Amino acid sequence: MSDKLMTEEEVVDRLRSGMTIAIGGWASRRKPMSIVRAMVRSDLTDLVIVTHGGPDLGLLCAAGKVRRAIYAFVSLDTIPLEPHFRAARQAGAIEDEPLDEGLFHLGLQAAAWRLPFLPSRAGLGSDLLRDNGRLRTFTSPVPGPGGEDEELVAMPALRPDASVCHLNRADRRGNAMFLGPDLYWDDLMLQAAPSGGRFISAERVVDTADLRGEGCLHQMRISRMMVDGVVSAPGGAHFTQCEPDYPRDEAVQAAYAASARSPEAWSTFRSEWIDIPEAEYQRKVREGA
Amino acid sequence: MTPHVTRAEVCAVAVAECFRGDGELLANPIGTIPMIGGRLARATFEPDLAMTDGEATLIANDRAVVAPEERVIEYWNPYRSMFDWVWSGRRHVMMGASQVDRYGNQNLAAIGDYARPKVQLLGYRGAPGNTINDPTSYWVPNHSPKVFVEKVDTVTGIGWDRAAALGQAARFVDVRRVVSNLGVFDFETPDRRMRLRSVHPGVSVEDVVAATGFELAVPADVPKSRLPTPEELELIREVIDPEGARERELPDPD
Repeated sequence: MSDKLMTEEEVVDRLRSGMTIAIGGWASRRKPMSIVRAMVRSDLTDLVIVTHGGPDLGLLCAAGKVRRAIYAFVSLDTIPLEPHFRAARQAGAIEDEPLDEGLFHLGLQAAAWRLPFLPSRAGLGSDLLRDNGRLRTFTSPVPGPGGEDEELVAMPALRPDASVCHLNRADRRGNAMFLGPDLYWDDLMLQAAPSGGRFISAERVVDTADLRGEGCLHQMRISRMMVDGVVSAPGGAHFTQCEPDYPRDEAVQAAYAASARSPEAWSTFRSEWIDIPEAEYQRKVREGA
Repeated sequence: MTPHVTRAEVCAVAVAECFRGDGELLANPIGTIPMIGGRLARATFEPDLAMTDGEATLIANDRAVVAPEERVIEYWNPYRSMFDWVWSGRRHVMMGASQVDRYGNQNLAAIGDYARPKVQLLGYRGAPGNTINDPTSYWVPNHSPKVFVEKVDTVTGIGWDRAAALGQAARFVDVRRVVSNLGVFDFETPDRRMRLRSVHPGVSVEDVVAATGFELAVPADVPKSRLPTPEELELIREVIDPEGARERELPDPD
């Protein structure tokens, strides 16, 4: 029976510079931050990040790890605009591949189903077709609902080389569940990535027999067939929200956001909160340092 | 003596009016005053509207912002379910707009050249899909020539001119209203240019024209935006927004 337990560093060892990496969660909610912190500390570079963006993308931008961002929005929720991402965009430091949220969904679904694309109306008439060079329009080969010819957008498959997500509970084999209000796109991100590149961290790793008792049946949405590595990471989503285990840590998020003001401020934040072992990070959080 | 009605309360009523006639669909106003206005419409003349808690459920509560344990939940509506409503034409969203032009094109993504923006904003978010599929209205709490511009820098939500150019493919486009802190605007003109529908009490037509960076269609007689009824005012103040969040989003000019 496969035991997929590993550390954040072992996840990062399986990633390569230049890879396209999908990061789960949504804005500043249930982000796999302990893995992202390990990515920041690594020598990875030139990454393409696929995300419903929050501080995951911002941190990686601040650390100079990002070649291109594929996203529909980037926000810290309580701080509407992500300052490190904005700084990177305004400095011309990263390539930009914007999407509509619904197209983002279809791109992951197409990849998970091994399709070249899925069709949508989203994007027609907007500047998305100007700003995202991978989008194409086509005439539907079959008539629309009213018998008419349909001009549609082909959303190409978003095929990450690896996906990383943070769940509330998991077992050592990779079965996992979300306990908060929303799974976001975690299951699709994991299914869109190839075998060998699908990683989750979890607040608690429990025996398979105990998983069901942690929540309700309908929350058991991540199967071990979608997962190659499991990191036991209590507090792993901090400072983002991880309901019902903990709310967002607004004080640390505010300090993170403020660190976009100058290279010195970023350097201070980085040395205090990123360039330390994860165990020390979690100790600081517990002690309210 | 009639109680003083604040600008925020006039705006909430103007927002509610955007949803009049919508029947049983997802009214999805984003922002403080939009949410208050949507709740007001449902509590009065559009009782069948469905509305979110701002996150992952549809709730029946009248209060705009509801603590999780007090929510009367009708449906689990995670983000992914939103596309079922959007793509089937069962949602009327009211979004913000960093820029909006005379045809109702909206920009949420970036100010300046998109490739290297002067100011990076939120992103395209769901605006392209929202506008091509469903009725869409906008809320602008800071009406100025920087927001109401001749031409938006990036079209995230499509307007009536883009829809006309698309033809058949844009048959579901319905850019309905813009509510700002100064007035209410629609597109009920022959060429679908933005029209001043009403000015809020205390605002002149000249004020609106001066704060708008393009030529508005201005009828000979511009009505005043309607005031809340006594019942509506009580609902806003006692039930929907007892904490007065509306006044923080839009402080009263008087």
